[in-house]
Amino acid sequence: MPEATTLKVNGVRHTVCAEPDTPLLYILRNDLKLKGAKFGCGVGLCGSCMVLIDGHNVMSCDTPLWAAAGKSITTIEGLGSLAAPHALQRAFITEQAAQCGYCLSGVIMSAAALLERNPDPSESDIKQALARNLCRCGTHTRIIKAVQRAAGELRK
Amino acid sequence: MSAAAKLPGSLNANRRLDRWLRFNADRTVTVRTGKVEIGQGIVTAMAQIAAEELDVALTRVRMVSGDTALTPDEGHTSGSRSIDEGGSALRYACAEARHLLLQAASQQLDIPADKLVVEDGVISGLDRIRKLSYWELPHAELLNREATAAIKPKPAARHTIVGASAARLDIPDKATGAPRFVQDLELPGMLFGRAVRPPSYDAQLTAFDADAVRKLPGVVAVVRDGNFIGVVAEREEQAVKARQAAQRAAQWKESPLPTDDAGIYDYLTSRQTKDHVIIERTDAAARARAARTLEARYTRPYVAHASIGPSCALARIEGGRIEVWTHSQGVYQLRHDLATVLDLPPENILVHHAEGAGCYGHNGADDAALDAVLLARAVAGRPVQVQWMRDDEFAWEPFGPAMVVKTRAALDAQGNIVDWALDVWSNGHTGRPNTATTTGKVSSLLAAWHLANPVARRPQGDPPMSGGGGMARNSPATYAFPNERVIAHRVEEMPLRVSALRALGATANVFAIESFIDELAAAAGADPVEFRLRHMKDPRARAVIELAAQKAGWRAGAASDGTSGRGIAFAQYKNSYGYLALVIELGLEPDIHVKRAVAAIDVGQAINPDGVVNQTEGGIVQSISWTLKEQVRFDRERVTTRTWEEYPILTFAEAPQVEVHLINRPDEAPLGAGEMAAGPTAAAIANALHHALGVRIRDLPLTRERIAAA
Ligand code: FES
Ligand code: FES
Repeated sequence: MPEATTLKVNGVRHTVCAEPDTPLLYILRNDLKLKGAKFGCGVGLCGSCMVLIDGHNVMSCDTPLWAAAGKSITTIEGLGSLAAPHALQRAFITEQAAQCGYCLSGVIMSAAALLERNPDPSESDIKQALARNLCRCGTHTRIIKAVQRAAGELRK
Repeated sequence: MSAAAKLPGSLNANRRLDRWLRFNADRTVTVRTGKVEIGQGIVTAMAQIAAEELDVALTRVRMVSGDTALTPDEGHTSGSRSIDEGGSALRYACAEARHLLLQAASQQLDIPADKLVVEDGVISGLDRIRKLSYWELPHAELLNREATAAIKPKPAARHTIVGASAARLDIPDKATGAPRFVQDLELPGMLFGRAVRPPSYDAQLTAFDADAVRKLPGVVAVVRDGNFIGVVAEREEQAVKARQAAQRAAQWKESPLPTDDAGIYDYLTSRQTKDHVIIERTDAAARARAARTLEARYTRPYVAHASIGPSCALARIEGGRIEVWTHSQGVYQLRHDLATVLDLPPENILVHHAEGAGCYGHNGADDAALDAVLLARAVAGRPVQVQWMRDDEFAWEPFGPAMVVKTRAALDAQGNIVDWALDVWSNGHTGRPNTATTTGKVSSLLAAWHLANPVARRPQGDPPMSGGGGMARNSPATYAFPNERVIAHRVEEMPLRVSALRALGATANVFAIESFIDELAAAAGADPVEFRLRHMKDPRARAVIELAAQKAGWRAGAASDGTSGRGIAFAQYKNSYGYLALVIELGLEPDIHVKRAVAAIDVGQAINPDGVVNQTEGGIVQSISWTLKEQVRFDRERVTTRTWEEYPILTFAEAPQVEVHLINRPDEAPLGAGEMAAGPTAAAIANALHHALGVRIRDLPLTRERIAAA
């Protein structure tokens, strides 16, 4: 049965009504109209749907609504916006680190979690941190450069 | 009617100037292109071209792309042809528009046109006192005519926007999560649909309990039409659950496939084939000098496009009018196929392009559009969004075809190639919708074949060599061999559904040619770089080979230390487009991986140099993934590759260093660039592996198991 569930997303409290086993991804995209996180595989294997839950990067496609209840969730929209982009978003634009860009919001959220726990990551730290995100376009090298650039900027 | 003069590129079939551009009241200009963004940055490059010819700032250009109501029909966005066809059309259309506006301004200002300058759309005399902007002139009237292409576009020397790296227009949205993809579109009252595909290609539905699905929460419609099943629900998770329930409620009778992934190469080479001689050049005297002959067989498996975002479309049916949003590479071609399946005049269908995930060729985009229309029909008036599930994307997309390439060559006593032969086996490489007239009703759209009144499958196509070639693309070598004979053996039977995948046959052909060149170099005791240059006349080809070798620090005769290796390969894409050579440095510990790729490219005039480099980097990395990892699996019943676990691709942890060095030639024609890395990368890896371990692997992918078995 659908149940009312309260979530804190990008600092704002929302109450949604859905089956408790609904993937968080669909709640974000369809109920809260936050289209940044993407459906890629639905089974935790590609990272397109990555968001932060209490600061940890988590696949929202295999996180049920009940497990996210009461937690603090950050999506790419909460990181920054066109008008006020986060250092990571700025760096991705500066480095032109996208081809199709479908993987980007997931990749950026994994990178955000990394920079939160390690402000000065090595190249290999970045590669490991993004290991659960797939990019089919082969934008890997630019994406790694963009994360390095953002880390440098944030340390300033 | 006298035949009109031939105009450049897509202008020929879309001759009205106001089809291409319009000036808006807010002092911007709308530019329309039939070519669409598929992650390759083409829309930005088109904006640069228009801004350049019109002499307006890039920020004034508003791009509209791929829309049957608005944009020219420029065929598919594929084959690295966009700059060639669409770019040249825009160049001429904009140059002519500027000229017409200038003439009108000349009259109004009473200044001769050759004494006028244009700066960001403002036309003035040299004194800069008397001025008029494009927007103050009767632009709509002036553009209401057919193009003549009589006005020459600017020479490259005067370019300030074209040839300079421009930031892609789409990246800010994508980096901030702003809705931009077809997957992100939402219309009022939208429902969610899912197709319920059969378990294998020709499976017949023998029983289906639709009621078991209909009673699930949120389900609005369950559609069954022959072997096509689909569900529509209020919420997305309800549609996903309804699909699972429908899979349980359906019983199918499957029929076997004629072969499996292990048997496919023998299967291909033992069919009756249609053979085409692609090239035949004979020099009997040179052939008589043959001292030794080498032969080899190379294979490439079926490869999936495997877009990171599964195919998606939205459809709405109101009155007799159908509206579709799709990431198809050809909106007019898709409309044609939809009209055929639905028995409607094409005018009743509007098809709008919206960006999808990178497709690298023909994936499920067009199929998803028909799925959405079939489901929208069941819920009159309400829009339906369909996104494929990952397992359907893997099982049902048209794969890049499996191929076999056999080579034979002879060396003379000095180690020069005096004879060369190549034979290639494959299915045709295109199964796309198109508007070409055929006898009888046919469709390229998956669901059309499954309906109770099925529409027959469109016969598989294969582009002729004049159109860049399909299975035989890049089968002629660019080297100057005195004897060369190439034959394409086209196989009609298709064990798996296939269609265009980035570079088409060029991947396997170049993999074979450039691997075999290394085998011949080894037999001749020659250095691979020197051996290539020895047989290469084209100065632009020589330049990229030399530059790649130099930038990679190539040393002739350097031995491997047993833990790493290096290899080089080269190709001119389609034998007439961009040139690329690259050196791969391979590591072997803990598993075979690419440490560094150093490429040199020449694409003539680069419209957006950073864009070309970005595309090339992506092409190299994607090809590394194909080469080291990828193979679609199938048994005698069905495609068994269904998840990323069964189809691993290159991860960030395995990302190589990539350097791309661009030789810019602003005075040469711009050459398509998006697909040229595929074949050379595969061969350079195989060559590096041979350098490291002394083993020659001729079957893709180059896995640890294959190396151990060699
Ligand atoms: S969509 Fe969540 S991991 Fe793929
Ligand atoms: S940029 Fe297309 S999947 Fe990463």
